[in-house]
Amino acid sequence: MELKSFYMAFTLYSLIQTAILCTNAIAVLHEERFLSKFGWGVDHGVGGFGDDPGIKAQILTLIRSVRTVMRVPLIIVNSACIVLLLLFG
Amino acid sequence: LTLQHHKLQPPNSKPRARAAPPTADSVLFDDTSSAAPAMNSQGYYTPGYNMAGPSNNMQGGAGPDLFADPMANAAMMYGSSLANQGKDMVNKEISRFMSVNKLKYFFAVDTRYVLKKLMILMFPYTHQDWEVRYHRDTPLTPRQDVNAPDLYIPTMAFITYILLAGMALGIQKRFSPEVLGLCASTALVWVIIEVLVMLLSLYLLTVHSDLSTFDLIAYSGYKYVGMIFTVLCGLLFGSDGYYVALAWSSCALMFFIVRSLKMKILPSLSPDSMVTGSSAKPQFRLYITVATAVFQPIIIYWLTSHLVR
Repeated sequence: MELKSFYMAFTLYSLIQTAILCTNAIAVLHEERFLSKFGWGVDHGVGGFGDDPGIKAQILTLIRSVRTVMRVPLIIVNSACIVLLLLFG
Repeated sequence: LTLQHHKLQPPNSKPRARAAPPTADSVLFDDTSSAAPAMNSQGYYTPGYNMAGPSNNMQGGAGPDLFADPMANAAMMYGSSLANQGKDMVNKEISRFMSVNKLKYFFAVDTRYVLKKLMILMFPYTHQDWEVRYHRDTPLTPRQDVNAPDLYIPTMAFITYILLAGMALGIQKRFSPEVLGLCASTALVWVIIEVLVMLLSLYLLTVHSDLSTFDLIAYSGYKYVGMIFTVLCGLLFGSDGYYVALAWSSCALMFFIVRSLKMKILPSLSPDSMVTGSSAKPQFRLYITVATAVFQPIIIYWLTSHLVR
């Protein structure tokens, strides 16, 4: 397949791969061991009531919700990925 | 007041003709899929089963007059009832993920709207009123309001772009079926990436806008019209025509995106809204709008430059 050298050809499979990797990366950020050291722990997130929370609170909420919601599906998807990659390379 | 859906040809050439389903309904949220097969069977009645050409086999349920055998008749009735059950089940499952009614809103277009919208996309400088009109809290359908986003133009433009890419590659003798699929999935992935980045940035900056996911998909998909125009000019007029058309459609698209999203993202200029606005400074919203606009020419160039040497 001749394409130009810098042409990033995306397939849908690479999109799925990217999504799995990014979600994994967000899900492994541990609260106590890691995020608190940067001042991004549990107690630092909830700041503004009433008015809209700032960017940092939104990011922390996003990380926490990804961790909570995607924990079980990520286990399933990662196991399936491992098995498929072992079988089919 | 009945509106007829015509077999719509966009002004850009599309080598493949598609038949539009004949509908007589003008009500927006009516499910016309059950009416279409009945009309098809009356229109395409053929006398005998053995003399049928290949077109008849695709008609499916072409009426019980066809079969003299009552057993085949009964089997066909049973099969069609099974198919209906399956269809209901699929509809139920799909409606759990996305609201089909909301999707139908985006496809409620007519010829006049499409033509005006395409003209605005290519030449937005003379369009005066960019406000999306509402009717008792629900946005008006694209049929009645030319500023409403729709998904018909992006979908058709996307398909036309893929066909054009195949044609351009074929002219340069670089065509193969895998490349076509690769082109299609690349363009689709870029749209998905753009929509996700937009959603993420809107969420992080707590912009309380009424832009739904489908709206963002629609606004992202409008760049395909610019891409088609650019590729056509590149094919017809060589690489000079390509760059001229790229510049023109980039400017038009940037203007269009900024004016359209400005209404929805940036806060209105009333004195009290500045106090109760989000804690994110209004300049972040401006950054989002401008970044979206600047992203369009980049992606147009990225996705079309390899087609026009």
